[in-house]
Amino acid sequence: MKKRRQITIDGNEAAASVAYRTNEVIAIYPITPSSPMGELSDEWAVHKRPNIWGSIPSVVEMQSEGGASGAVHGALQAGALTTTFTSSQGLLLMIPNMYKIAGELNGFCMHVAARTLATHALSIFGDHSDVMACRQIGFGLLSSGSVQEAHDFALIGLAASLRSRIPFLHFFEGFRISHEVAKIEELSDDDIREIIRDEWVEAHRERALTPDRPVLRGTAQNPDAFFQAREACTPYYQACPGIVQEEMDRFAALTGRRYHLFDYFGDPEAERVIVIMGSGAGPVEETVAWLNARGEKVGVLKVRLYRPFSVGDFVTALPTTTRSIAVLDRTKEPGAIGEPLHLDVISALREARDTGITPFQTDPKVIGGRYGLSSKEFNPAMVKPVFDELSHEEPRSHFTVGIVDDVSYSSLEVDPEFDIEPDDVVRGVFFGLGADGTVGANKNSIKIIGEQTDNFAQGYFVYDSKKAGAVTISHLRFGPRPIQSTYLIRKASFVACHQFVFLDTYDVLEYAAPGAVFLLNAPYGPTEVWDHLPREVQEQILEKDLKFYVIDAYEVAKETGMGRRINTLMQTCFFAISGVLPRDEAIARIKETIQNTYGKKGQEVVARNFEAVDRALANLHQVEVPKKVTAEQGRPPLVAAEAPDFVQRVTAVMMANKGDHLPVSAFPIDGTWPVGTTKWEKRNIALEIPVWDPEICIQCNKCAMVCPHAAIRPKVVEPAALEGAPPTFKSTDFRGSEFEGQQYLLQVAPEDCTGCTLCVVVCPAKDKANPRHKAIDMHPQPPLREAEAANYTFFLGLPDPDRKQIKVDIKGSQFFEPLFEYSGACAGCGETPYVKLLTQLFGDRALIANATGCSSIYGGNLPTTPFTANADGRGPAWSNSLFEDNAEFGFGFRLAIDGLADRARQLLRGLAPSLGDTLVGPLLESSQITEGDYAEQRKRVAALRSKLKGIDDPAAPVLDELADYLVRKSVWLVGGDGWAYDIGFGGLDHVLALGRDVNALVLDTEVYSNTGGQQSKATPLGASAKFAVAGREIAKKDLGLVAMSYGHIYVARVAFGAKDAQTVRAFQEADSFPGPSLIIAYSHCIAHGYDMARGTEQQKLAVSSGIWPLYRFDPRRVAEGLPPLKLDSGAPKTSAADYMRNETRFRMVEKVDPERFKRFLKLAVRHAEQRYAVYQQLAGLTIPNPEQETEQAPEPAGTTK
Amino acid sequence: MDLSTTYLGLDLPHPLMPGASPLVDDLDKVRRLEDAGAAAIVMRSLFEEQLAMEQLATVGHVDAHEGAHAEAASYLPSLDTFRLGPEDYLEQIRRIKQAVNLPLIGSLNGVTAGGWLDFAGQIAEAGADALELNVYFLAADPDESGEQVETRILEMVGAVKKQVQIPVAVKLSPHYTALANFARRLVSAGADGLVLFNRFYQPDIDVDELEVSRRLRLSDSKELPLRLRWLAILSGRIETSLAASGGVHTPIDAIKAVMTGAHAVQMVSALLEHGPEYLGQIKKGVAEWLEEHEYESLGQMLGSMNLERSPDPSGYERANYMEILQMWEA
Repeated sequence: MKKRRQITIDGNEAAASVAYRTNEVIAIYPITPSSPMGELSDEWAVHKRPNIWGSIPSVVEMQSEGGASGAVHGALQAGALTTTFTSSQGLLLMIPNMYKIAGELNGFCMHVAARTLATHALSIFGDHSDVMACRQIGFGLLSSGSVQEAHDFALIGLAASLRSRIPFLHFFEGFRISHEVAKIEELSDDDIREIIRDEWVEAHRERALTPDRPVLRGTAQNPDAFFQAREACTPYYQACPGIVQEEMDRFAALTGRRYHLFDYFGDPEAERVIVIMGSGAGPVEETVAWLNARGEKVGVLKVRLYRPFSVGDFVTALPTTTRSIAVLDRTKEPGAIGEPLHLDVISALREARDTGITPFQTDPKVIGGRYGLSSKEFNPAMVKPVFDELSHEEPRSHFTVGIVDDVSYSSLEVDPEFDIEPDDVVRGVFFGLGADGTVGANKNSIKIIGEQTDNFAQGYFVYDSKKAGAVTISHLRFGPRPIQSTYLIRKASFVACHQFVFLDTYDVLEYAAPGAVFLLNAPYGPTEVWDHLPREVQEQILEKDLKFYVIDAYEVAKETGMGRRINTLMQTCFFAISGVLPRDEAIARIKETIQNTYGKKGQEVVARNFEAVDRALANLHQVEVPKKVTAEQGRPPLVAAEAPDFVQRVTAVMMANKGDHLPVSAFPIDGTWPVGTTKWEKRNIALEIPVWDPEICIQCNKCAMVCPHAAIRPKVVEPAALEGAPPTFKSTDFRGSEFEGQQYLLQVAPEDCTGCTLCVVVCPAKDKANPRHKAIDMHPQPPLREAEAANYTFFLGLPDPDRKQIKVDIKGSQFFEPLFEYSGACAGCGETPYVKLLTQLFGDRALIANATGCSSIYGGNLPTTPFTANADGRGPAWSNSLFEDNAEFGFGFRLAIDGLADRARQLLRGLAPSLGDTLVGPLLESSQITEGDYAEQRKRVAALRSKLKGIDDPAAPVLDELADYLVRKSVWLVGGDGWAYDIGFGGLDHVLALGRDVNALVLDTEVYSNTGGQQSKATPLGASAKFAVAGREIAKKDLGLVAMSYGHIYVARVAFGAKDAQTVRAFQEADSFPGPSLIIAYSHCIAHGYDMARGTEQQKLAVSSGIWPLYRFDPRRVAEGLPPLKLDSGAPKTSAADYMRNETRFRMVEKVDPERFKRFLKLAVRHAEQRYAVYQQLAGLTIPNPEQETEQAPEPAGTTK
Repeated sequence: MDLSTTYLGLDLPHPLMPGASPLVDDLDKVRRLEDAGAAAIVMRSLFEEQLAMEQLATVGHVDAHEGAHAEAASYLPSLDTFRLGPEDYLEQIRRIKQAVNLPLIGSLNGVTAGGWLDFAGQIAEAGADALELNVYFLAADPDESGEQVETRILEMVGAVKKQVQIPVAVKLSPHYTALANFARRLVSAGADGLVLFNRFYQPDIDVDELEVSRRLRLSDSKELPLRLRWLAILSGRIETSLAASGGVHTPIDAIKAVMTGAHAVQMVSALLEHGPEYLGQIKKGVAEWLEEHEYESLGQMLGSMNLERSPDPSGYERANYMEILQMWEA
C-alpha cells in the first residue's frame, strides 16, 4: 500500500477537500456548522486550485439554500459535476429540489454537517434530525462517523452516485465531526482519479440538456402515466447497495481502509448488539472492546448506508447469535411508533423473515432509544447501560440515554464514574477566552503533534453562546491508535486554565485526573497564587495531587506587545510541561508554526510571538503546593440570592456549565422561557469601566444611547430620593427646564459593562483645563467593582421619570428604561443600540419577530436572555421563528393582534350601554401616539376592567381577557441584512406590500455576521467578504429605494453614530405610521475588521462620504403636499478613502491589489454621488394628490386602527 | 541646452524628479511623469512603524475574533490571501520598473535596526536603482541627547550601506544642532547623498472640539529659502550628492536650488497641484532661462551660489539681520 500524506484537519475540510476536487459547480448558502465547507471551497477557488480535471470549480453563494439547490439542480441538468454543503433548516429548504434531483436520477453527492432542526428552540449542534427528514426522498444516505470517514465517504458517495445514478447525501454530525480536528490519511488526486471513472463522468455529460441533442425533462404527468413512470426507477434503487459495496471494496483495495454497508464490530458470537449510525459508534465500539475483554458477548453494528436500506446486508452483518438489539437514534420523532432507524431495523428483520433470508432461528428482540440530540454528550458511560438494558428479560424500549428524564421516565441510569479511556492516550483540557486565542493555539498544537510524531491526534472545541467574553473549552487527545473517542474528556492528564476568573465560575479541575498537571494563568507569582485560589480549587489540587504551574501570561503578553493575546505563551507552557514532545523540538515547531501562520501578516507579529515563546519559559513556575487547604472562601454564588427560583434552579446551573445535569422536569414543555435573565449573570468581563465626572458632564445622554449593553444609564430623580445613597454615589443638578430642581444621575453597571469604550469615544464633554479628561473616562474595574455594584443596585431601585414628562429626543429617549440589557453581543456591537432604543421607546407594547442571526443569538440564546420587563411587568414579547420567514412570522403577529383588537372593540361596542359612552367612546376613538395617549388609554382599560367586574353578561369576561388589545401594539420585524436583502427578501417585500402596520428593522452589518462574514447583497462595493474575497464587484442593493417605489411604505435609513437624533425620529415615525415601515440601520460589526470603539466615528465617515446617506421617506407627507422623501444628510463631502481605509474589509483589497482598490474607490465615490443626485431629485418631488381628503395610508381589509 | 546632472551616481538628463509622494501609487501617473520627462521616479516612503502598527492592529481586530464562537471560525476571509508586509510596496517597484524606463529611487522610513535593514534589502532586490533613507523622526524624548540621536542614525546608515549595493541617500529634517557636521559624518558613514529636507505633518488645534488635528499642507515657494541656505552651506564643502526637496514650484525655484548646489531637484506639492505634466513645464522653463541667460549648460551654474562661491557668503551664515552700516571689515 502506498504511503500517503498524513494531515491534521477537521471534518468539514476532510469532506470539502474531496468534494472540491471532484466537482465543477459548487452552489452553497452559509449555515452553521457546514459553512466552512463552502468557505474553504471558495478560498481554494480564489487560489486557483484545480479539481482533478484541471479546472477551477465555480463556487457560488446563493440567496438561500432553496436557491442553492435550484442552482445545483440546474447545473446537474446542464451536465456539470455539482455539489453543495448544508445543514439543518438549510437542508429542509433543499428538499423540494432534492425530490427533483432524485426523480431525474442525477449523479450527485452533497455533504451535510448534520444539525438539529429547530423545534421548541433553535440549536446549532449536531444530531440526525435534519437528515432523517430526507430519508423518504430517494437519495442515498451515507453516514460517516469520523474525520477520516468524512474524507473517504465523500469519495465513495460520489463514486456510488455517478455509477448508480442515485443522488447521495453524505452526512456526518455537525461539530462532533465537522469541527473535530484529527490526523487522517489524505486521499491524493491520483487516488480520486482512480476511483472516479471517466466513463461515469462521460455518461453524466451525455445526459445533459443541450440544444445539440434536445430532450425534455420536467413534464407534467396525469393519472394515466405518473404512477408507472414513478416506478420505472426501482431497479436503480435495487442495484444501488451492491454498487456502494463494490465501490467500498475498490476503495479498500486502493487505500486499505475497508468499509461495508453495515460494519460489525465485537464478539462474533455476540448476543447483545447495538445498532447505531454516525460518530456515536466510536464510544460504542470502545465499550464493546472493553466488555468483550471482560468476557461479555456484545457487539455493535455501524450503519454506513442508511438509504437504500439493504435488508440482506443488514441481517447478514449481524452475528447469528444475536438475541437482543438496541437501536440508537440521534433524533426524536414525536408521535411515531419509534424513531426511524429503530423502525427500519424492525421492518428489516420482519422482511428478512417473510422473504426467507433471515439467518436467525428466533428473531432478536429489538428496542429503540434516543441519544445525543443537539450534540448531547454520548460516551461509554452511556453505552454501558444500553447493553445492561439488553440483558434484561424484558428490556425497555423507547428509552433515552444521556439525560435524566424524570417526566416520562424514559432515561437509562448512567454511572458517571464509568470510565474506560486507556492510559496511553494523553488528554488535555484547556479553558480559554474566545478572544485570547486558545482555540487557535490548540489547533496548532494538534497539528504539531499530529505531524511531528507517530501519534494520532484529536481536538474538539466547546464554545459558549456569548459573543463578548465567550468561554472556550478545548479537548485534546493524543495517542498511538486512531482516536474514536467522540466525546468530551472527563479525566485529563493536563488541565490549563487561561483565565484566573474562571476558577470562580467553573469547576475547572473537575476535568483533572489524579496526578495531572494543572497550568494556571494568574496575576500572582508562584508563592502567592495559592492564597488566591477558591477553597474548592485548593481541595481538588490536594485531593488529586496535581502538579501545579503558574504563569502571569497577561503581564508577559503586555511586555512583549501582544496585548490580550496569550495563546502563544500558554501553548509554549503546555509543551514545556506536558511532555508530549521534547521541549526544544516543541519550541522549534511552535516557532515554525508562528512563521507559517503570521508570516504573511507581517514580521512584526512574528517577532513579537517569537519573543513571547522565549519569555514564556522564563516566566513559568511550578508552585510548591502547601499540605493543607488555607482558603476560607469558596466559590462565590453564581447568581444573587434574590434571583427568582427558576433562575436559581435552572439558569444558574446552566451558567455553571452543568446544564447536562438538569432533568427533563426542569425545562418548559413548549420552549417558553421567562424574560430578563441576563441581569442575574454578572459576567465581569470588562477590564476597565467608564467613570463619570458630573462636574464636566453636559447631560447629553449620548453615552447611554451608544451603549450596546445598556450598561450606562441616566436618570432624573427628586433630591429626596437620594437619601440613603451609598457613599460613592454621584449626582448633580439637572440642566434644563423639564426636570428643573431634580437630580441628574449617570450610573455604570460595573459587572455588565464589556469595556468597549464606545461611550467614552462619543462623549463630547471635555475638561477645559485638561481635555484628555472627559465626563466619562475608563478606569480599571476591579477596584471599583464593589462600590459601583452597590451604586448600581441603588440606582436601579430609584423610580424612573414619568414617561409622559419626557420629551422624546435623543436625550429624552435615554431616560426611558431599556428593556433589552446586558446581552451576549460583542463588545462595541453596532446592532444592539438600535434594539435597545426600540425597547426604550415602545418596549412595553412591542412584539418582536426576530430573524435568525446575531440578533436572535444575543436575543435568545440560553442560558440568559436580555429582553426584560418593566416594573409593571410589561416588556417586549420576543420570538424567533426561522431565518427566511421572519417578515411573514411578524406579519402573523399583526394579523392576530388586529383580529383580537377588532374582537375587543366589537365586544366593547356591544357592552357600551352597560359601560357608558364616556368610557367606551375614548377607548374606541382616542389617538394613541404619544406617551400621554398610551398612559390615558391604559387608565381607561383599567377602568373598563373594573367596570366589567360588575356586569353580568357572558361578553364581559371575554372582553376582560382581550381588553389589553385596546392599547395599540407595535409589531417589529427585526433581523440582519442576510435576512432582509437575501433569504427573507421575498417575504419582506410581500409583507411590506400588504400594507399592514408592521415595522421592519434591518440591522445592516453588510455581511452575514453570525455565520462569519459571508457576503450578502448588502455588502458594499469594494468590501472583501467571504465569497467576495477580492472585493465585491457589485454595488449594495438599495433596499430603501425598492421599498420607496411602492409609495405606501415608510422608509428610513439611519446611522446612530452619525446622527442619533435622526435615528430617534425615524423610530418614532415608523411606529406612529399606520402602515408598513422599513428602517435600514447602519450597524458596525467586528466583521468589518477594526476596533469597535471607533464604530461611531466610522458611521460619521460613512455618512459624510455619501456611502451611507440618511433619509426618511414618509408617505404621510404626500397628503400635506410635501415631497415624501426628506434627505437627512448632505452631499458627499469627505473622502470615501478615509472611510474605507479604516476598515480591514476594504483595506484587504488594497493590500492585495492596490489598483483594484483604487478602481473601487473611484466607483464608490461615483455611486455615492449618483445616489445622492437621485435622492436629491426625489426629495424635491411633490406627488400630486388630488384626492387627498379620501386617500390616507392604505387600509387593508379587516384592519381597524 | 545640456541640463544633465549626476545624482547618487546616476547620470540623469536633468535634475527634475518627483519627490517621495503618493503620485507613484498610480501607474498611470507614473507613465505621465515619464511622458513629462521626469529624470527619475522616487517612491513614496515605506513606513516601518505604520506597517508594524497595521500588522498588530489587524491581528488584534481580526484574529481576536477567530475561534471565539461556535458559528464562525473567523469573520473575514483568510488573511493568507492578503499581505500586511511590504509586499504591495515592493510589487509597485516592480510594476513601475516594468512600466517606465527611468531610474527608480526607493524611500524608506524605519524605526528598528531590523526594519531599516530588511526593508532596504528588499527594496533593492525589488529593483530600485537607489534608496532614500527618510529619517522622518522627531526627537521628542527628553532622555535622548542629540549625540544619541545622531549616533543611532549614523549606525543605521552604515549598516544599510553594508547591506545594499545601490547608492543610498539620507533625507533629513532641518532640526539638527550641527547639521553641517552631521552631514559630514553621514557621508563618512557611507551616505551617497543628502536630501534637504523632509516636511513633517504639522499639528493644528481645533479650539471648539479641543482636538489636535494633523494636516499636511502643500508647500509653496516660501519654504525654499531654508533649503537654499543649507544646500549652499553643504555644497562644495561635503563631497556628496545633494537634492533639494520642498518649496520648488517654479523654474526659478529650481534654478536657485541648482545654483546653491542641488544635483537633483524634487517636487511634490507642485505636481500634486498641477499634475505630473507640470514637471515638463518646469524643465522647459529652466532650459529657456539658461538659454536666455546664455549659460552653456546646467553644470555651469551647479553650486555657483554656494557658500564658497557666492559673492556674499554671510547671507547664508548669518542668522540675524544686520544693518548695512554695521557690515564692515576692519
